[in-house]
Amino acid sequence: MDAVLNALVLIGNYIVVPGLAYGSQLALGALGVTMIYAVLRFSNFGHGEIMSFGTMLVIMATFAMQDVGISISPLPTALLALPVGILGAVGLCLLIDRYVYKFYRQQRASPVIYLIVSIGTMFIIGGLIRFIIGPKDRNFADGERFIMKASAFKANTGLAEGLAIKTAQGVTVLTTFVVVGLVFWFLNYTRTGKSMRAFADNEDLALLSGIDPDRVVRITWIITAVLATIAGTLYGLDKSYKPLVYMHLLLPIFASAIVGGVGNPLGAIAGGFVIAFSELAITFAYKKVAAYLIGDGVLGDGLLQLLSTDYKFAVSFMILVIVLLVKPTGIFSGKTL
Amino acid sequence: MKKSIALATAAALFAAPAMAETVKLGVLLGFTGPIESLTPDMAAGAEMAMAEASASGKFMGGSKIESVRGDSTCVDAAAATATAERLITSDKVVAIMGADCSGVTTAVLQNVATAKGVVMISPSATSPALSTIEDNGLFFRTSPSDARQGQVLAEILKEKGVKSAAISYTNNDYGKGLADSIQSNFEAVGGKVTISASHEDGKGDYGAEVGALAQAGGDVLIVAGYLDQGGKGIIQASLDAGAFDTFVLPDGMIGDSLPEAIGSDLDGSYGTLPAAQGDGVAMFEKLAGAAGFNPGPYAPQSYDAAALMILAMQAAGSTDSNTFKAKIMDVANAPGEKINPGELGKALEILAAGGDVDYVGASDVELIGPGESAGSFQEVVVKNKKITPVQFR
Repeated sequence: MDAVLNALVLIGNYIVVPGLAYGSQLALGALGVTMIYAVLRFSNFGHGEIMSFGTMLVIMATFAMQDVGISISPLPTALLALPVGILGAVGLCLLIDRYVYKFYRQQRASPVIYLIVSIGTMFIIGGLIRFIIGPKDRNFADGERFIMKASAFKANTGLAEGLAIKTAQGVTVLTTFVVVGLVFWFLNYTRTGKSMRAFADNEDLALLSGIDPDRVVRITWIITAVLATIAGTLYGLDKSYKPLVYMHLLLPIFASAIVGGVGNPLGAIAGGFVIAFSELAITFAYKKVAAYLIGDGVLGDGLLQLLSTDYKFAVSFMILVIVLLVKPTGIFSGKTL
Repeated sequence: MKKSIALATAAALFAAPAMAETVKLGVLLGFTGPIESLTPDMAAGAEMAMAEASASGKFMGGSKIESVRGDSTCVDAAAATATAERLITSDKVVAIMGADCSGVTTAVLQNVATAKGVVMISPSATSPALSTIEDNGLFFRTSPSDARQGQVLAEILKEKGVKSAAISYTNNDYGKGLADSIQSNFEAVGGKVTISASHEDGKGDYGAEVGALAQAGGDVLIVAGYLDQGGKGIIQASLDAGAFDTFVLPDGMIGDSLPEAIGSDLDGSYGTLPAAQGDGVAMFEKLAGAAGFNPGPYAPQSYDAAALMILAMQAAGSTDSNTFKAKIMDVANAPGEKINPGELGKALEILAAGGDVDYVGASDVELIGPGESAGSFQEVVVKNKKITPVQFR
């Protein structure tokens, strides 16, 4: 019995707990991408940098608060600093929309042009971030580091394997749950949310029924900026903040949105967890799990690892290719790209 | 016609070894990148030797030495090569103190230094591959090869009763060379290496890498990486997941910023760094304190690298790399008067008079074989969030 429990704890410690946290962060990111796609009808490559920009402001506000001694220990101070980052990111998105995307909307540009323009905004925001805070790795998590330490778990249960849960992981999952709930409530039950869905479904009909397109676009950017800042801050708390890493996040986030069905909010969330758990489960070495379940050395001396961890990002690519080949609309039947 | 004669005369005048000129030495270190927390002290060490020789007034008839700093980035071979190129062609340095990390050192040596015929003395490149590289006699290092560090680490592991170990190394020449050396030496003394896997620097999350290491298991985790980069990430993720609690830290991981970043969980971990025994160390620490910098890892080797170049130039009576490169082994090794840190003035005087010196310096310099330090190592342990020396090996 202990052997089975040990195997389960191992999987819990190295796949389930990190997967839930990483999946939540991807889901929030993918939700932003999918909203922009649904309403504005283009893939926003600048999304990773918007996350990074919001997080940067949160970090600066966190450091300022730490200096004057404000803290909400045992929770990380960054949660208190979130509104600053959100306001900044919203401002940035609205500015970019006003001075960049609005021009192309008036030109009735094709989606490909939007996509290239969004790559341009990505580089500009990226440059701005490196100009303001620099390219260095920054750790801004404070407060209590663990909800449960591996050693404490071992001592309490008497098992040979430990299960660790970091505060950042707990905060991530809870926050994501609340935020996603709010977004769905907003989309389904408020007048503005309904008008956004109508606009996404059929732009012409929505215009005919008197929905103000500029307002819908503004609200979409605001929600995207909020989601991006929260996702970025949670990722930074869980791991650490580094501009380059946020740029690389774009791939798993897009994979999540597409796997779930781009343009479909529910799909973005499911996609986030699918990508996160696949990355972890495929690159995990199952040697010890097998040792607990079927005996040590039965399957030889190998690590029982499907793919080296160096190829973690390749997993996102593989899933992306398979989904596009088999079911181009994604799991939840979003739009085709 | 008159004009061209005048020009030719002027040119001849400038070409002649003028008395009391300014000699420029390049300091090529990774001021940005994975070891950026170590390089300021290393540069300060090298520049202290230059200032000392300048102040003595005895270097090449009263010449002054000027340092020109360049960023090697430690990891980006293209950037390091471009910087070295700039130091030599536009800043006109006569020799380079550097580079620091093995990969960029190899690149700079092959692409720039041998092509331009400029001497390079690295204080910290430790890859075994640099022992056999084609260098036209231009490359030296004041740190020992990792082949030796692997032996020392294996001895320590054996004495501590470690039976099995997992190795995680940074994916470059330094990490791979060191990991291979540790593995072969540890297996030779009867230990078992459960896994030797690479990690990439600069990632946000090392949970997956640690997952694989934890499954392979082992009494300790040997982290052959960089303290400001993936090495720190691996240790943090291992502690978070409760995968390992004792870490073995080779030279690239030794620095005060690591225990500061990780906290008391790192206590009890141990490692090695190249260090010298003898009076030189204490003298160097005193000098560094007076000059206002921390005598951190590789700062003594940097001082010695710069000092060796200065003494060799004095011995050869020339700042031309192809002339003074032959003198470096002579000034570093016996016979001759022993020279400690702070005694560069005395050494310059002896050399000017045609005498012999045996430079001991801050890191007990003894160059062997292809011009690298014979290598004494210090065993260190992390105690109360501080790197504490245990004994010499």
